[in-house]
Amino acid sequence: MNGFAYLRPGSVQEAVEAFAGHPGAHYLAGGTNLVDLMKLGVTRPATLIDVGRLPLGTVEELPDGSLRVGATVRNSDLAADPRVRDRYPVLSQALLAGASGQLRNAATTGGNLLQRTRCPYFQDLGKPCNKREPGTGCGARQGVHRDHAVLGHSEHCVATHPSDMAVALAALDAQVELYGTDGARRVPVDDFYRLPGEHPERDTWIRPGELITGVLLPAATAGVPSAYRKARDRASYAFALASVAVVLRVADGVVDQVGIAFGALAHRPWRARHAELALLGAPAGPAAFEGAVALELAHAEPLRDNAYKVPLARNLALDVLNRLAPAPATAA
Amino acid sequence: MYTESPAVRKVPRAMTSANRPGHHSEVTLRVNGKPHTLLVDHRRVLLDLLREDLDLTGAKKGCDHGQCGACTVLVDGRRLNSCLLLAVTLDGSEVTTVEGLGGHGEEPHPLQRAFLDRDALQCGYCTPGQLCSAVGMLTEAAAGHPSHVTDPATPSGRPVPLDRPEIRERMSGNLCRCGAYPRIVEAVEDVIR
Repeated sequence: MNGFAYLRPGSVQEAVEAFAGHPGAHYLAGGTNLVDLMKLGVTRPATLIDVGRLPLGTVEELPDGSLRVGATVRNSDLAADPRVRDRYPVLSQALLAGASGQLRNAATTGGNLLQRTRCPYFQDLGKPCNKREPGTGCGARQGVHRDHAVLGHSEHCVATHPSDMAVALAALDAQVELYGTDGARRVPVDDFYRLPGEHPERDTWIRPGELITGVLLPAATAGVPSAYRKARDRASYAFALASVAVVLRVADGVVDQVGIAFGALAHRPWRARHAELALLGAPAGPAAFEGAVALELAHAEPLRDNAYKVPLARNLALDVLNRLAPAPATAA
Repeated sequence: MYTESPAVRKVPRAMTSANRPGHHSEVTLRVNGKPHTLLVDHRRVLLDLLREDLDLTGAKKGCDHGQCGACTVLVDGRRLNSCLLLAVTLDGSEVTTVEGLGGHGEEPHPLQRAFLDRDALQCGYCTPGQLCSAVGMLTEAAAGHPSHVTDPATPSGRPVPLDRPEIRERMSGNLCRCGAYPRIVEAVEDVIR
């Protein structure tokens, strides 16, 4: 690891100004991914700007019924927050399905959103990787890619986004709050992440120097039944092979509101817009669910060794949709 | 490579290495109740500081990437992987390692006693991490933190009862390559009862 300068600004404003004054800087919060990437030599910051102690560590209720999660709220605390557990169960479940107790105690909301792929080619300096070193090629496309993308990948990159939390946030229509020298802005989680295209080195649409200050959980999805399910190689403490977050409200037997997002299938949380469109206004039940999920996964383009992800994701989604849908009223 | 006399070892290693300007900072940590002020290389992780600068070799280096849990210590009461914590970020923190679990005197922590009684180890390399992790985990459950296997219908904010699936899930960040898991779970159960 190369040496680096270390700064600990006292405010968000100071943090973004520090970034502007230090080319090659990285923000550091929990460090569970960044410090690891520095050890691996994948990330070599000249300066670390420690934002872990900024006053962004609380979950607040806003007057409109939404919930604002500060960027440095730890994953473990967010998963345990009674308001999150009661109103956005999918988020608590997704957080608890990720990492270990120790890592969740360190990892922050903002850092979780910005974690990098765990593609082994990305993490190994001896291998080609367009995400780590643009132009070197993608080792995974023809190599070991059992864990890789089946949707939205490009010839340049087949990596997946590793977050569980972000999948739940995408299904919940959450927004990312950003602050930079140009001021504050909000971006829906679903629009925050990029597909790899020709520039897999960029995971998100965040601008250089912008700092995530929080995440907004909207009132519109508060209290709507929701759940997360994840398939992995062992019972605990492993990244997803496929996962799904579902937010579903049924009124009079008809789908009234729906958000579905898949994890571990793509370079970003995969919001299943085709399935959602098919379901809205449709009678809630196994037939409609099967048709809608099939419509979405028809877009899948599996690689040589990961076609198993398509039926796996389908089965996860159907299980959660059927579980969340209220049992149909018994026929008169 | 040179061998250091006990007197020389009091000097933090960071001060003896080539000091590049701007790449070192002074930090003060309380470790097992005792304050330590050190000039640290910004690259120094807490695990290396504990083992190499303070001679507290209880916390172990297993994977060095946050995947095995052997380096688990308590920082301000929370269990964390010390291999992923840059020491410079911890100025003012309270650190408890396995050496400090028993408090003052020689009496072991009840969990240490339970590990001995249950023979909950073979090679012992992961044990300090298992112990610190279990202590942190018990605090989390008492504070009402749910886990992946907690029934979502369990009321928020109340202590979570810990059955075996709960203990196994909450301890999944600590690997034991000898496979002493069944007795580790039993030892934790002994302390809960």
